[in-house]
Amino acid sequence: MTVFIIRRLMQALLVVFLMSVIVFFGVNVIGDPVHMLVSPDADQADIEATIRRLGLDRPIWEQYLLFVSGAAQGNLGNSFIFGEPALKLILHHMPATLELAFSALFLAVAVGVPLGLYAGLYPDSPLSKGIMAGSILGFSLPTFWVGLMLIMLFAVELGWLPSTGRGDTGHILGIETSLATRDGLSHVLLPAMNLALLKISLAIRLTRAGVREAMGQDYVKYARAKGLSTRRIVFVHVLKNIMIPVVTVMGLEFGSLIGFSVVTESIFAWPGMGKLLIDAILQLDRPVVVAYLMIIVLFFVLINLIVDILYSILDPRVRLRDQGA
Amino acid sequence: MSDMIAPETATPVAKVETPFRRFASEFFESRIATVALCLLGLIILLAVLAPWITPQNPYDLAQVDVLDGRLPPGSEAFAGYTMWLGSDGSGRDLYSAILYGLRISLSVGVASGIIALAIGMAIGLLAAYAGGRTENIIMRVVDLQLSFPAALVALMLVAILGKGIDKIILALVVAQWAYYARTVRGTALVERNKEYVEAAQCLGLSRLRVVFRHILPNCLAPLIVVGTVQTAHAISLEATLSFLGVGLPQTEPSLGVLIANGFEYMLSGRYWISVFPGLALLFTVVSINLVGDQLRDVLNPRLKK
Amino acid sequence: MSDVLQVSALRTHFFTHAGVVKAVDGIDFTVRKGEVMGLVGESGSGKSITGFSILGLIDPPGRIVEGSIRFNGAEIANAPEPELQKLRGNRIAMIFQDPMMTLNPVLRIDTQMIEAILAHEDIPRQTAWERSRDALGLVGIPSPEERLRAYPHQLSGGMRQRVAIATAFLNRPDLIIADEPTTALDVTIQAQIIHEAQKLTRQTGTAMIWITHDLAVVAGLADHISVMYAGRIVEQGATDDVIDRPLHPYTVGLLGSVPSANKRGQRLYQIEGMTPNMLAMPTGCAFAPRCRAATPACDTAPPITDIDGRQLRCHHPQIAGVAS
Repeated sequence: MTVFIIRRLMQALLVVFLMSVIVFFGVNVIGDPVHMLVSPDADQADIEATIRRLGLDRPIWEQYLLFVSGAAQGNLGNSFIFGEPALKLILHHMPATLELAFSALFLAVAVGVPLGLYAGLYPDSPLSKGIMAGSILGFSLPTFWVGLMLIMLFAVELGWLPSTGRGDTGHILGIETSLATRDGLSHVLLPAMNLALLKISLAIRLTRAGVREAMGQDYVKYARAKGLSTRRIVFVHVLKNIMIPVVTVMGLEFGSLIGFSVVTESIFAWPGMGKLLIDAILQLDRPVVVAYLMIIVLFFVLINLIVDILYSILDPRVRLRDQGA
Repeated sequence: MSDMIAPETATPVAKVETPFRRFASEFFESRIATVALCLLGLIILLAVLAPWITPQNPYDLAQVDVLDGRLPPGSEAFAGYTMWLGSDGSGRDLYSAILYGLRISLSVGVASGIIALAIGMAIGLLAAYAGGRTENIIMRVVDLQLSFPAALVALMLVAILGKGIDKIILALVVAQWAYYARTVRGTALVERNKEYVEAAQCLGLSRLRVVFRHILPNCLAPLIVVGTVQTAHAISLEATLSFLGVGLPQTEPSLGVLIANGFEYMLSGRYWISVFPGLALLFTVVSINLVGDQLRDVLNPRLKK
Repeated sequence: MSDVLQVSALRTHFFTHAGVVKAVDGIDFTVRKGEVMGLVGESGSGKSITGFSILGLIDPPGRIVEGSIRFNGAEIANAPEPELQKLRGNRIAMIFQDPMMTLNPVLRIDTQMIEAILAHEDIPRQTAWERSRDALGLVGIPSPEERLRAYPHQLSGGMRQRVAIATAFLNRPDLIIADEPTTALDVTIQAQIIHEAQKLTRQTGTAMIWITHDLAVVAGLADHISVMYAGRIVEQGATDDVIDRPLHPYTVGLLGSVPSANKRGQRLYQIEGMTPNMLAMPTGCAFAPRCRAATPACDTAPPITDIDGRQLRCHHPQIAGVAS
């Protein structure tokens, strides 16, 4: 098992390295490197000073090494707007985004899997047809539009839920989160639902496809021949088989949740990393942009790694094969 | 059920059934997909005919009067025509703006889709043809890119490249090509393992020929399916980027830009400025998706009864 | 000896888009306690469907349209599902053809065996575990404790099938339906499995229906044989009788097409033609199109005739014996 983890870690490191090269060269070769790192209203003298100070007159390989060594120490430049280290800024906003993403993932699984299960077991019932139609809609509707509609419906028309911002925070297990307070929960509900909608549709379709495929398998027929109750067949035999692809995909989608949160955070004025990114792009705060990209890459690689490990725990065939390798 | 034998063709068929006809009849079996296709056709038609069927060219500043601004649906404009869908903050007739916006949304989405398809297909075929290490490397890159959500890739590119319609299209293309490459390669894998390819290779046919005569035709069907869904994604993605303000500039107002412009009026009850363009976007994307869904069911051999 | 299973006039039809497939179209047989019946036929003859019909595992678009299935005297055809669930795996067990497909790959062997016990009996898990271990030992699996902790893909094909057999015997059923259990295995393993199964049935007095397409397999194993063709039983009788003196042209053909030492150097007999299209069955005898002995009389479906304790569906019994 440890060999497996180490191997995956090495692969992960390779990817991070590659991405850092891409981001760095993308920023410095495609974009105008000086303007990337200097405030837009600097004058010529400032620009030249910056060039020398940041070593931009040195060969590109040296610059990259400088960048990497800086990054390894946690220095990814300072934000133009806030003057603070970009990394610190992003980490400060990360908990809010994580909170949102986890809530959305939880909703997606808690709502999507049962619905998909039902749709898979009773495909001809009117409820199932409704569920599938709903999933197509959830799949096609652009996230930002749904957010708009949610705000319009729940906040403006009905006035049940607040439309913007994050609520008060409390502590759960020592972590500061807004999920711990009622006010916090009321604030997180709409954005989480918005973010989750796409994933709920995905979960429904995945689960349903998995169930339909599983029910046709011989092992289900054999289980019935043994006289097992339908309940046991569905919840032990079938579920364990389909959880593997479902977990894998949902886990990988967690990364995209972080990415999509950009949209939701903008609409709901949720103070997370995503909103920070958009503001940074619009205000040309490039160090923050670069720092965000690197953090995201790191995140993705980590998530892929965790999902791989989780997959191997759930599917004995993968684990044992790797052990033998 | 395992004892059932497939019916052998003993009964003669009355009329000539070309593959296309069978495909068409299977496609139209689904009422929903048929409706979606008609709707899509209508939308495209409206967009193409926009300059002729709208009372106003919303981007000709001479025709726009700010006094017409923020009027609810059904009001009458200064110039005398009825604004069926109301007007936006600057006085543009929303109906006209939506139709013009559709043009831009559709063209950006379709253009980026086609370019991405061409590039993705070329790279996929290249990988299939080259085989070996080249193929492995290419596919690793594809997998790597696919592990990131398209929205994020597009955002990253926009952040690096800046604004402008060509940059947006570029960003969309880069975000999408990998899906096409993977589809092509998937087909290539399946086809390569089939015996007739081995037979052809034994006969000494060049690899190039194998790729073009055998792999290419077989990947067209899945490519069409992926293409439809991806186009919907591209349109949606462009709208999202524009909505966030990092997409198309105000001079090329796609539906996303329109929705963004109307956002500020939402809370004050002037919903129509955002909602109607939103609905237009919705209908477009949903109908493309429904058509794509049915295409996939019809063209997928594994799902056939 | 009492009748464990009595099947009369059973018809299982499938109502598909393309038409009605009469997979099983009027069969009768009886299995007594401790007996082994061989159900022989090619693929598509309806033999597996017969097995599933007995257990009530026919899914839409198929269903049992007619007939009676009496198990230990009680009628179970189209019985309500809860009643059938109590019988399955408990009083009637089934062994499937390919154990790799029928054992759930993500669950351990012990899980899958224990659940078969606990579904019908409320005993402590440990007791069920011990019973499973003993059952594995009974079918000749070495170190059963280790095997119990394993996953299906870690065992060889023959071993998996032994597990399936052991599972079938767990609750001491009165009847076991074995659906081509050795078809997916090597010939050498086949012999071992057949031997194990035979030993167990003799020991426990369990009745068995052994479904196969291979006459050679049941020749040494079964007490009596039913030959199925296109959904009907065309010949039925004691094993020795059927093998030595086959009466139906199809049976003759089946035996003639088995290579054996006696026929070395001679051309193998081939049954001409192909299995019939189940959607477009000819009226009359289903085998007629391929039968050498067919006459215009065969346009009417032959009734069941009784010849020396043998049941036969044929207008032209081949009293002469094996075809040359």
